[in-house]
Amino acid sequence: MASSSTTSPCAACKFLRRKCLPECVFAPYFPPDQPQKFANVHKVFGASNVTKLLNELQPHQREDAVNSLAYEADMRLRDPVYGCVGVISLLQHQLRQLQMDLSCAKSELSKYQNLGISGHGLLHHQGINLLGAGAASARDHHHFHHQLFPVTNQQMIRAFDGASGYDASSLLAMNMSASIGQLSGFPQSRAAGTAPDGRRTPVEPS
Amino acid sequence: MASSSSTYSNPPCAACKFLRRKCLSGCIFAPYFPPEEPTKFANVHKIFGASNVSKLLNEILPHQREDAVNSLAYEAEARLKDPVYGCVGAISVLQRQVIQLQKELDATNADLMRYTNQNYGQQRRNMGYGSGVGSYNSNPGYSVAYSYGENPAAHGTN
Repeated sequence: MASSSTTSPCAACKFLRRKCLPECVFAPYFPPDQPQKFANVHKVFGASNVTKLLNELQPHQREDAVNSLAYEADMRLRDPVYGCVGVISLLQHQLRQLQMDLSCAKSELSKYQNLGISGHGLLHHQGINLLGAGAASARDHHHFHHQLFPVTNQQMIRAFDGASGYDASSLLAMNMSASIGQLSGFPQSRAAGTAPDGRRTPVEPS
Repeated sequence: MASSSSTYSNPPCAACKFLRRKCLSGCIFAPYFPPEEPTKFANVHKIFGASNVSKLLNEILPHQREDAVNSLAYEAEARLKDPVYGCVGAISVLQRQVIQLQKELDATNADLMRYTNQNYGQQRRNMGYGSGVGSYNSNPGYSVAYSYGENPAAHGTN
């Protein structure tokens, strides 16, 4: 009796101990060599919720959706209290710190540039403020701050504070597959839960 | 028929109201899903499922549960608004912004070091020490931001 060639069941059907049919919605995204991926997603979201979610999407969107769900599930299992939100909190903190540092550095740089230090003899940097370069550096400082707070960042901060102004449209223009690869090595988000500024839960109850 | 005197009962929490079940005194959802916020539970249930949330809450300490519920609610809302990427989209954008700012900071610090090296060299020449300062290793008074290139809290992630 000739046996029909049987392909290996996908990780989902293997986990769920069921027959993996040709039209299995999970099969394209949960290959059998990645069992942990489905196990995590199932533990956090549940197979039926994932099925419903995938069925509501266009086929070309499903891979990105599964990968983002897998990432969220992984983060939630690593940090059961904050999950991905801890990562967002940490990134926002880093961003604010970088913006302050950049502002300071540019302010210092503008002092040198305005006075044309090179080849001009002895000038202590503290004395530069007395020479009237403050106005120019302040102008650059203000302009620099304006550049450093794009709308998307403000939207994220608002969303982070209550999900009231969350605008996902600005986030759709990226290649998520590449981005997910970059995100896989993200630091343990438990550190974000205990950020030095004491901001343990950035999301306010609605 | 005499009306039975009913003992005062708390209104059901948003979870039990949604699930149409009796809200018992030990309901794990009640402290975090008040009845006046029905959407919060509806969203969390739609994305994560009540039983998954219940299991998760039971696995963490009571004082952490409020934060956990709020973060779940945030993720659920983000996923409903963006079914493809959810809150991971925000992470991606933030990461790119951090990388971009780090590059700008590195470039600005490089410019600053050029100026301060020149200034230090000029000071030495003025004082008769000759040219050629060597490597920059003095603190001119501003803070050079530490790099965000490495993971600040790496815990052996894969």
